[in-house]
Amino acid sequence: MLLTLFLTFARIGLFTFGGGYAMISLIENICVKQKQWITHDDMMNVTVIAESTPGPIAINCATFVGYRQKGIAGALAATFGVILPSFVIIYTISVFLDSFLEIVWIANAFKGIRIAVGILIVDVGAKMFLKMPKKPLPCAILAGAFAAMLLINFSSFKFSTISLMLVAAAVSLAVFLLKGAPEAKGGEKP
Amino acid sequence: MIYWDLFMGFLKVGCFSFGGAYGAIPLIRDVVLSYGWLSEETLTDMIAVSESTPGPIMVNLATYVGSSQAGFLGALIATFAVVLPAFIIILLVMALLKTALKNKYVQAVLQGLKPCIVGIILATGCTMALNYGVLPAFRENGDMRPLILTAGLAFLYFGSRKALKKGLSPIGLILLSACAGFLTYGYV
Repeated sequence: MLLTLFLTFARIGLFTFGGGYAMISLIENICVKQKQWITHDDMMNVTVIAESTPGPIAINCATFVGYRQKGIAGALAATFGVILPSFVIIYTISVFLDSFLEIVWIANAFKGIRIAVGILIVDVGAKMFLKMPKKPLPCAILAGAFAAMLLINFSSFKFSTISLMLVAAAVSLAVFLLKGAPEAKGGEKP
Repeated sequence: MIYWDLFMGFLKVGCFSFGGAYGAIPLIRDVVLSYGWLSEETLTDMIAVSESTPGPIMVNLATYVGSSQAGFLGALIATFAVVLPAFIIILLVMALLKTALKNKYVQAVLQGLKPCIVGIILATGCTMALNYGVLPAFRENGDMRPLILTAGLAFLYFGSRKALKKGLSPIGLILLSACAGFLTYGYV
């Protein structure tokens, strides 16, 4: 069973491109439909949990499924399995990448790729923004975080990203304690 | 010591990366630039490589940064550190704290974190787009090529979504941008 968990998640790790969300549909396909390790409702639950807890979503899902099947040992086997393929691939790439980038035409290709990365990140942020509830407090926090982050990036002002997140969490908690519900309106961003 | 720095740096990333891989990119950028491990350009290149290779993007970036700074052992340590919080938190949630996430105070904190992360992601994307795409046109030598590339790639990426059913995938955009970069800057 442990070996099956390991091999199944190694396959999932090897065949998902584009990160966590792409992996969820593959995990659903294999663990719910084919192997029937967990139910569709479990899968929905773990997706919600994964979104509210830190770390790679794929790791959250693998740990969850593994633990359900075989306790801690199962969680370890599944998590190890999902990481191993990308670890091997990226480690191999990392050994060659520097000399690879010294080839002029590849370096030039990467000048274009960097622009694409910027576009991709803006696109992901915009999609998350569109899905967000448009209430005053979340919008104020978003605007504050956006402005603060640009200020940090383009001036000598030093403030870590994690501190910024802690401030946002504290503001939200303070508003909740003062007004009674996170949905309550108002709230100023420092 | 580099191993300790790698462990602590990526443990922080693992603890605060709510909102998936793109939520982690600003954190990794912060850690990597503040320790001076990679240049902004190399990190961006590696984000593209991570997006185009299998596996979780966060794990890919941790493995690469660890390897580039301290070889195989560094890669192991950084990968272990970035995964550890997610692993432990899921086990805790499942075994002990089934209702913890429904707690109203936890919810209040999460509702503050989510919009903050969206703001941070948008600002990071804009910073990269400005640095690589827009600002070169306004520097001394005034290179217009990045600006034209940015406009063209954004037009194709968002336009393809309007024109076709599925639009261009992220890997599709990366491949296209590689060809565009190669054609614009030449091969020698």
